[in-house]
Amino acid sequence: MAQKAVELILMRQLASCLAVPVFLVDPEGTLLYYNEPAERLLGRRYDETGEMPASEWGTMFTPTAEDGSPLPADELALSVALRKWHPAHRGLIIRSLDGVTRRLAVTAFPLEGQGGRRLGAVAIFWEERPS
Amino acid sequence: MRLTLWGTRGSVAAAGPETVRYGGNTSCVEVRAADGSVLVLDAGTGVRRLGAALRGETGRVDVVLTHLHMDHIQGLGFFAPFFEQDREVHVWGPPSTTQALRERLTRYLSPPLFPVRLRELPCRLILHDVPLEWFEIGPFRVNAALVCHPGPTVGYRIAADGATIAYLPDHEPALGIGSMPAAPDWISGFDLATDADVLIHDAQYSVAEYVEHVGWGHSALTHTLAFATATDVRCLVTFHHDPEHDDDTLTRLLEEARAGAAFPFEIVPGTEGLSIDLSDPARSVSIAGAR
Repeated sequence: MAQKAVELILMRQLASCLAVPVFLVDPEGTLLYYNEPAERLLGRRYDETGEMPASEWGTMFTPTAEDGSPLPADELALSVALRKWHPAHRGLIIRSLDGVTRRLAVTAFPLEGQGGRRLGAVAIFWEERPS
Repeated sequence: MRLTLWGTRGSVAAAGPETVRYGGNTSCVEVRAADGSVLVLDAGTGVRRLGAALRGETGRVDVVLTHLHMDHIQGLGFFAPFFEQDREVHVWGPPSTTQALRERLTRYLSPPLFPVRLRELPCRLILHDVPLEWFEIGPFRVNAALVCHPGPTVGYRIAADGATIAYLPDHEPALGIGSMPAAPDWISGFDLATDADVLIHDAQYSVAEYVEHVGWGHSALTHTLAFATATDVRCLVTFHHDPEHDDDTLTRLLEEARAGAAFPFEIVPGTEGLSIDLSDPARSVSIAGAR
């Protein structure tokens, strides 16, 4: 297994220290890591899922748009950030693996290393609660 | 291939009777191939004595910098080959997203910090951004990769004459990791060091000191030993000694780390003047200790 770029390692280390849910993917969209706060939102520990291709994680949480219409995987904020190489933000609803339906706001941004190396993308989640 | 340690101290030179055993000069390692080609790893204050030792030689010299913190470049202005007419000197440094290597080095090698400007050096000076991949310098195959240390910092893996060394003098692979080592693909510097005949690695702190310096870019000795174990190296040279650690402290820290543990590699305390000859056909590590 190839070693991760140090920027990804540092991003994971930062995420592991944050209280904000963070999701980290490589340039192909493969899930590399999510932190403990994200585990609570997604309903499963990272140690149980491990690395996972985009085709798998993009659908396993059955994401829908805020109006309840289906949300294709390539319209998720992370997918848009990778495809357009530009920050992206959107609201969505997921069904976590613990069976709980959650309304989230997600902001994703690309990770670009020195020399223009495309390393992946990061998503920060926020659970929207009724005020 | 033969290594000679010309400076093993970290952060700032620490000359004095209390550091005479392991040395007080900052980072500098000479790597000499069987054909006589010389690579200089970092140009801390130790590079002054190396430069003097190179007088009389006329071949190209390559100075390969891990990063531009002062303890890794302070000796540049006193490196004799810089002042030799027609001597070809190549300096390699980590790339920056904002400034060329020449601009960054000129911040030190120009008044008021230094009387001689980089452009005034009589040697034939060629500057290079280090490619973050395998490249060749004469008989040396060199791989550079960014590692965990503040600012653009690379570590090196160098192969020549059938032997391989890894050089990570300023490195904090334990940063943010709950328990060291982590999964190999998530350890900074892993690919550079794995299976190396000799690993020269940051071992600046005791565990208690590391707790007070998390994020400063350096390792506790226990982290260094864990990194060397994970990467399956044959010989570990501890390096970048804390300037506050006198000889007795360094000896004690190493003895404490060794106590009750059997490591699958030789541990060599980084000692100024020490040479390691990797030319043995069996690649056994021999220590000449030429201090």
